[in-house]
Amino acid sequence: MVNRIRSESLTVSTSNRIASGAAASNAAVDAASARTRCMAYRKRILDISQQVGALHVAPAFSCTEIVDLAYHEFMRWPEPQQSPDVFLMSKGHGCMIQYVILEELGILSRVDLDDYCTPQGRLGAHPDFGIPGIAASTGSLGHGMGIATGMAYAERSLKRDGRVFLVLSDGECQEGSTWEGAMMAGNLKLENLVAFVDVNDFSGLERMSEGHPAFHPLADKFASFGWETAEVNGHDAQAIGDAVLSRQGGKPFVALCNTVKGKGVSYMEHVPIWHYRAPNPEEYQQALSELKEISG
Amino acid sequence: MRNTFADEFYKIGVEDERIAIVVADISPAGSIAKFRTEFPERFINTGVAEQIMIGMCAGMVQRGMRPFAYTIATFALYRPFEFVRDDLCYQNLPVTIVGIGGGVTYSTLGSTHHAMEDIGIASSIPNMRIIAPCDPAETRAATRWCAQQQEGPVYLRLGKAGEPDLTERAEDWEFGKLRYLRRGTDVCILGYGPVLKLGQDVADRYTERGASVSLCSVHTPKPLDEAAIVEAMANHKTVIVIEETTPTGSLGVNVKRLGFEHGATCQVHTFSLKDEFIHHYGDHAAILDAHGLSTPKILAALGI
Repeated sequence: MVNRIRSESLTVSTSNRIASGAAASNAAVDAASARTRCMAYRKRILDISQQVGALHVAPAFSCTEIVDLAYHEFMRWPEPQQSPDVFLMSKGHGCMIQYVILEELGILSRVDLDDYCTPQGRLGAHPDFGIPGIAASTGSLGHGMGIATGMAYAERSLKRDGRVFLVLSDGECQEGSTWEGAMMAGNLKLENLVAFVDVNDFSGLERMSEGHPAFHPLADKFASFGWETAEVNGHDAQAIGDAVLSRQGGKPFVALCNTVKGKGVSYMEHVPIWHYRAPNPEEYQQALSELKEISG
Repeated sequence: MRNTFADEFYKIGVEDERIAIVVADISPAGSIAKFRTEFPERFINTGVAEQIMIGMCAGMVQRGMRPFAYTIATFALYRPFEFVRDDLCYQNLPVTIVGIGGGVTYSTLGSTHHAMEDIGIASSIPNMRIIAPCDPAETRAATRWCAQQQEGPVYLRLGKAGEPDLTERAEDWEFGKLRYLRRGTDVCILGYGPVLKLGQDVADRYTERGASVSLCSVHTPKPLDEAAIVEAMANHKTVIVIEETTPTGSLGVNVKRLGFEHGATCQVHTFSLKDEFIHHYGDHAAILDAHGLSTPKILAALGI
C-alpha cells in the first residue's frame, strides 16, 4: 500500500517558481522524493493489475515521473485537495498513474481504486469528467490540447492565474486536432499552459520513429507554432524539473519527454503487448522484484 | 435571423463578461462585429479549425466562461462531430453551438454547405438539445435562454437572413414547449425553422376553404414536447408536419411514432427533405421545391 504522502515536497513546492516569464536558474525539484514516490506508484499499479486485468500498465509507467512532478512539484495546493491549477491527462490510457496519485492526495479513495473497473465502481480504464480530480473525459486521442487551450484562455480572460498542466502521448500528436490546438495556444501566447509529451515512441501498431519517420523532429514543430520547447529524459525528475523551472515564459511551454513504455519492468519495456495486458502472478512477482528507484 | 442573434448576443455580452464567442473563420455579422471591436478578448477566431473551436469552448466553460461556438451549420456540427459528442455532450457542458444556415439555406453553395441531416445527427447524441427558431423573435428569445442556461449543450439552428416574422401574436416562447401561433380544431400544422412560413401559407389556404386550423412552432425538436403533440393529434382530424431536414430522426418520424404509441386516429401527413443529396443549384426556395417543400407542392400532395 502506498503511504499517504502529502509529502514534504507539497509544502516546499517549487510550483511558485514556475511563474511565467521568470527563469529561475537555481530552482530545483526534490528529485529524491520523486523517485521514492514513483517506485511506490508503480508498485500500487502492479497491485491493482492483480485485482482486475483491464488496465494499461506500460503507458502509465512511461509517464509516471511526468505526472508525479506535475502534481507534487508544479501544481499549487494552498488548501489540501484544492488547487487553482488543472491537471489534464490527454493520453487517457495513462490514467492509472493519475488515479494512484489522486488516491494518495485523498481526492480519490482507497475504495475507488479497489472498485476500479467493476460494476460497483466509478473508475474506468479511461478518465471520466465528473470524477473528483478528473478535468476531462479522455480516451479518444487528440482532445486534450483543445480543452486545455480553452481552460488556459479562460483563466487569463477571467483574470485568474490558474495554470494548466497537460500530458499528451506522442501518438496523439498525429491527430490534426492536437495541432489545431497547438497553433491556437501559440497564437494566444498562453504562457499558463504547460504540456508534456510522453515520447515513448510507440503508437498502437508500431514504433513511431519507424512507421512515421517524418513525425520527428517534434520540437521543431511545436517551436514553429509558437511554443517554447525542451527535450528531456522523461524518467529523470531532476531534468524534467529543471526544464520546466528554467523556462523563459511568454508563450506556451512543452517538455518533450523521452520515455520508455513499461519503464521499470524489464519484460514490459518496449514490448507492445504490454500496452493493455496485466501480468500473471509469476510476472507480477518478477515485476515487484525488479522495481527500484529510477533516476533516468 | 443571423442579425437578430448578433444583436441579442451583443446585449447579453455587454451584460455578462463571461460570455464569449468562438468562431471558425466566419465573418462576424451585424452586432457581432461590434462585439469583436469592443471586447476583442471575448471574440476568438480559431481559423479554419472547427475541432479546436469546440474543444476550446469545452475548456472555457469548465473554467467559468459561457462560450458560444459559431459557424456554418455543417462545419459547426459535422466536421467536429466527435468533439461535439465527447467534449460537450458526454461531459454535458453548457456550450451553445450556433449553426448558421441550417437545412439547405446555403442553396447555391452545394451539398458540402447543406446541413440536411443536422436534426437527426444532433438529436442522436445523448444530452444534446436542439432549438430551431422559426423567425427573428424566436431567435431572440432562444439566444437569451441559451446564454443563461447551465444544464448542458445546445445546438441552436439558425437560418441566414430575411426570414419573415411569424410569431407576432403567438404565446410566449418557452424552451421545450410547443407554441401555438394560431389555434383551430380541424387541421394542425407542425413545423420549426424558417420553413414554417410554408406552414403559414398552407394554413391560410385551409382557412380560406373554411377549415379551422392550428399552426404550431415546434421550436425545440429535442427535447420534444411529446405531451403537446399527442394532445394536438387527439384534438385535430389532420396533422401536417413540414420541416427542412432529412427523414431520419425528424419531427415527422417522431409524430408518427407518438401517434402509433398513443393510438391516434387523426390523419398524419409529413413533408421533409428527401434522403438524397442535392446536385443542382438555385435559390433556397428552388432547392426546397425540388424536394417537394413549396406551398403548391404541399397543397397538391394534400389534395387541396
